[in-house]
Amino acid sequence: MSETGKPINRIDGRLKVSGKATYSAEFNQPNMAYAFPVRATIAKGKIASIDDAAVKKEPGVLSVISHKNAFRLKPLDIQAQMKAGAAFLGENLPPLQSNIVHYPGQFIAVVVAESYEQARAAAYKLKVRYTVEKGATDLKTELLKSKKPKMFMGEEAQVNEGKAAASLASSTNRVDHTYSTPVEHHHPMEPHATVALWENSDQLTLYDATQGVGLTGTIAAYFFGLKPENVRVIAPFVGGGFGCKGLWLHTLLVAMAAKAAGRPVKLALTRQMMQTNVGHRAATIQRVALGTDANGKLSVMRHHTDSYNNLTEFFEPSGKQSLVLYEAPLREVTYNVAKLNRGTPTFMRAPGETPGTFALESAMDEMAYKLKIDPVEFRIKNHTTKDPMKGHEFSSEFLLDCYRIGAERFGWSSRNLEPRQKRNGKYLVGYGMATATYPAGRSASSVKVVMKSNGDVTLLTASIDIGTGTYTVLAQTASDALGVPVERIEVKIGDSALPPSPLAGGSQTTASIHPAALEACKLLRAQLAALATADPASKLNGRKPEDIGYADGKLFVTADPNKAESYTDILKRAKRNEMEACATTQPISGAGLTIPGALCTPREIPADQNSDIKQHAFHSFGAQFAEVWVDEDFGTIRVTRFTSVQDVGRIMNEKTARSQIIGGVIFGIGAALMEATEYDKRWGNAVVRTLADYHVPVHLDVPPIDVHFIGKPDPHISPIGARGIGEIGITGVSAAIANAVFNATGKRVRDLPLTPDKLL
Amino acid sequence: MRAFKFSKAADAGNAITLVSANTGARFLGGGTNLVDLMKEDVMHPTELVDITRLKYADIKKTGGGVQIGSTATNSYTANHETIRQEYPLLSMAILAGASAQIRNMATNGGNINQRTRCSYFYDVDMPCNKREPGSGCGALRGINRNHAILGWSEKCVAVFPSDMAVALTALGAVVNVEGAQQTKRSIPIGDYHRLPGDNPEKDNTLKQGEFITSIELPENDLADHSYYLKIRERSSYAFALVSVAAALSLNGSRISHVRIAMGGVAHKPWRASLAEKWLAGKDATEENFKAAAEAELKQARPLEHNKFKIALAKKAIIRALQGAMAGGAYGLHDKTDQG
Ligand SMILES: Cc1cc2nc3c(=O)[nH]c(=O)nc-3n(C[C@H](O)[C@H](O)[C@H](O)COP(=O)(O)OP(=O)(O)OC[C@H]3O[C@@H](n4cnc5c(N)ncnc54)[C@H](O)[C@@H]3O)c2cc1C
Ligand code: SF4
Repeated sequence: MSETGKPINRIDGRLKVSGKATYSAEFNQPNMAYAFPVRATIAKGKIASIDDAAVKKEPGVLSVISHKNAFRLKPLDIQAQMKAGAAFLGENLPPLQSNIVHYPGQFIAVVVAESYEQARAAAYKLKVRYTVEKGATDLKTELLKSKKPKMFMGEEAQVNEGKAAASLASSTNRVDHTYSTPVEHHHPMEPHATVALWENSDQLTLYDATQGVGLTGTIAAYFFGLKPENVRVIAPFVGGGFGCKGLWLHTLLVAMAAKAAGRPVKLALTRQMMQTNVGHRAATIQRVALGTDANGKLSVMRHHTDSYNNLTEFFEPSGKQSLVLYEAPLREVTYNVAKLNRGTPTFMRAPGETPGTFALESAMDEMAYKLKIDPVEFRIKNHTTKDPMKGHEFSSEFLLDCYRIGAERFGWSSRNLEPRQKRNGKYLVGYGMATATYPAGRSASSVKVVMKSNGDVTLLTASIDIGTGTYTVLAQTASDALGVPVERIEVKIGDSALPPSPLAGGSQTTASIHPAALEACKLLRAQLAALATADPASKLNGRKPEDIGYADGKLFVTADPNKAESYTDILKRAKRNEMEACATTQPISGAGLTIPGALCTPREIPADQNSDIKQHAFHSFGAQFAEVWVDEDFGTIRVTRFTSVQDVGRIMNEKTARSQIIGGVIFGIGAALMEATEYDKRWGNAVVRTLADYHVPVHLDVPPIDVHFIGKPDPHISPIGARGIGEIGITGVSAAIANAVFNATGKRVRDLPLTPDKLL
Repeated sequence: MRAFKFSKAADAGNAITLVSANTGARFLGGGTNLVDLMKEDVMHPTELVDITRLKYADIKKTGGGVQIGSTATNSYTANHETIRQEYPLLSMAILAGASAQIRNMATNGGNINQRTRCSYFYDVDMPCNKREPGSGCGALRGINRNHAILGWSEKCVAVFPSDMAVALTALGAVVNVEGAQQTKRSIPIGDYHRLPGDNPEKDNTLKQGEFITSIELPENDLADHSYYLKIRERSSYAFALVSVAAALSLNGSRISHVRIAMGGVAHKPWRASLAEKWLAGKDATEENFKAAAEAELKQARPLEHNKFKIALAKKAIIRALQGAMAGGAYGLHDKTDQG
């Protein structure tokens, strides 16, 4: 009977495939103008002069905005922004506020015209002269003057610095290698776009392709000096995010343009802009050393990452999994971070773990090979049931089952320990595996539920569906919580005017919003029950709340199910057109809400005693298995089979969940074999600028992907028991593939991606 | 993209007159290359003359060979029965290029006139002699793993991206063009594209206003043994790192006739004449294929990031010849090599 977990189709699927789902660029407004940004052509320096005379003569041009005439935004002030919940900017660079250039491609002006074509054509005419300074464009050079950051998002960044050396030296077995990963780009299908609309100079509406309507609204309000409730952000559908749809400068830029033009303005980024202006995953150089005793038990793990950032404190946290996986008495995890004049790095699907598991899980494979132990065995031998740093038990952990089930489904036992043993025609065949892991987060969330007297239900929350299935699984949860079929449930999300929910990031949406949805539905049922039990005309009259059950759109007496009454009858008799309930739920040690004004009543929300990070460590786990065929003549690699077994708590919808894992694995195949953005260090420009050069897997690159879920609800994260699922699928994939390539060829490639030149 | 004038040509004469009269004018085929370059501001023609409705879309037999219309789409050409039967190499090469959607739009004339994918050429903030003569070659000392190993100059190290043209080169095609006042020329494909020398801004020998009417394929005895091998960084929808079109005819085990051309290695489709010369009259053995590949690649000069292309090209020549031996498009059609 339970809807939750069923592999039902997306309730918004029909809208999407028929083109009726409206994305932000499609919210055309009457009298709308178009903005096209002008971007810096140098890596570092100052704008010496800017001459817009020629631009203004172009047909249709309404306004040209640069640092000389731009609206003065509130200046950066991290403390004040934190207080206002407006600290989480893609890059700390409010647009067009000064003449300083920090990277090639930085927005330095914007042209507003009657049409997109006119704005774009006129933008070429802007004459900009620079005072050029020497930019920091080469990672290796800049690392010489890099810094050791103290903190990463509230956690200690340097763990046991310098402590591993002695233990490594005295370990019986040691591997110590350097692994590198390139710059990667998110490239969601839907390019970023924003339509900005002002009313009365203090009310702003943004139709924005964003992963968080609340976040975007709060930040925009801060910089324009508006009341948070006067900024409304709308994003009913978002065509993928992967971390690059937080708040980036174009969103502020278009609001500035709309203010200057006195009209609604649309700004859509080009693919080329998406290569610079909305973040990327920074390149990493990681050195991983492992030591074991004579029995193959890890005695020490060391993971050092060299990377860079620009204009934020964020850096690629690729040591994260090395603080969570395996039992080892000592671990050292450290970072050096340089600064580059390059578009700002940001979160990208499984930030940290994606490049980090490549390094750690390759090193694990190298050690297993050195010890002549099967890589699965080696991991089982070193398994931990506790968070190795904090000592807490994992809230729910079935990693050993993932290994076992994965090995069985994949046929791992036919793997040869020695490489180059298996051939198929001209191909060398290899098997490889790796562990997957990602932390499970949960934040506060509010959900409102409304029931009409005809029994139709609407669920409302300011959450986002970035393609993951938020709409669908919310309807499934409400269906079970109310006993109403999914078809009668409408879900409204993607609007900051709705009850607040966290941004769709960090794989936390499901874990956060479902407890609130459940609670709201419970409240609604209680209100309905209260009406009925107090009504002398009702069959439920006089019953206690705890004696009432529900199913099929009815309340009934649990002891005597014939005594039942439908929701519609209860509402009609009470002459109510509709009834609503709203609930805010908060994990005991989760994040707070950012828009207090819109909290549900009661204002004092008791935490639900779950997700207590002082009691448990919250992580998901999995095991990834890959088969590759390598054509040694050409250095070409085909992933021919893939098995992914995931322990991610309760599965809310078997189909959308599977899609997340399949998508993660495909993302990982891209990272393993082809994705890389290269830069020319002479100028700092990217030389991979479009989807013609930035290769992501095509259908033929994607083998059958066998996904299996352990499916055991996590008893400690929430009453629902679901952890996140959006990111873990990619983790470990590139290591599994590189390990399979080693098994096939005997060649260990420690530098991603594994393009043909690296095997020749 | 900048503003431009647009017209649909009534006939070829009209199109040629319009484009000849204005140095800023260009023919517009499927637009899959030209329009992209306009969006990136690499090219900014002042006038586009749409030629896709002109009656040059036929594929017909002529005496011994076949004439392919310039405005026929790549898809139509690749799937045409005569081409599949008599010039399977051309079908394979076209189908190895781009994506089904692009091939449906792309015309044959546009395909052989497409421009390099060098990313310095595409980025107007970078120096590039091809885009802006005299500004310097960004790729020469930049990121050049996709660039040339043969026939390049200090002025330009770009490669020509078309797959179709590689097969046309192996097949000894002739490009028929018509200019102003009905002047007609027939250009052997080997003379159509050029090496960069001191003028990389010129991709080919076509003059302003000259319209490609058709491409002619001479009769040959290669259809039973031809193969197009393309090596790239993903299974389809990527330009070649190296590609090889190989075609041969046999007299017993002896090679009586062999044609080899390479893509992804030079500013034009590279006819492997040295390899051909080595193989003529020899036995079709792996050893000879290997020696032929060595002979051809001896002249290769790698750049900083593309040394691997030399080894790759050698292996590709051998494998393509083996593919041709095995029956090429008729026999061995290996999904793992061809997208
Ligand atoms: C993402 C992507 C991937 C691609 N991958 C590949 C690949 O792997 N292999 C490959 O070979 N190609 C590939 N292509 C290129 C594609 O094959 C070409 O874009 C296409 O063939 C060009 O044909 P068109 O008709 O669209 O040319 P257009 O863009 O219309 O024209 C190109 C040029 O040819 C000129 N022209 C057109 N017709 C004539 C004529 N009859 N006479 C004189 N001049 C003429 C035009 O003036 C213009 O200068 C790819 C393209 C894209 C966008
Ligand atoms: S290789 Fe040719 S196309 Fe590329 S930058 Fe140099 S001159 Fe320009």
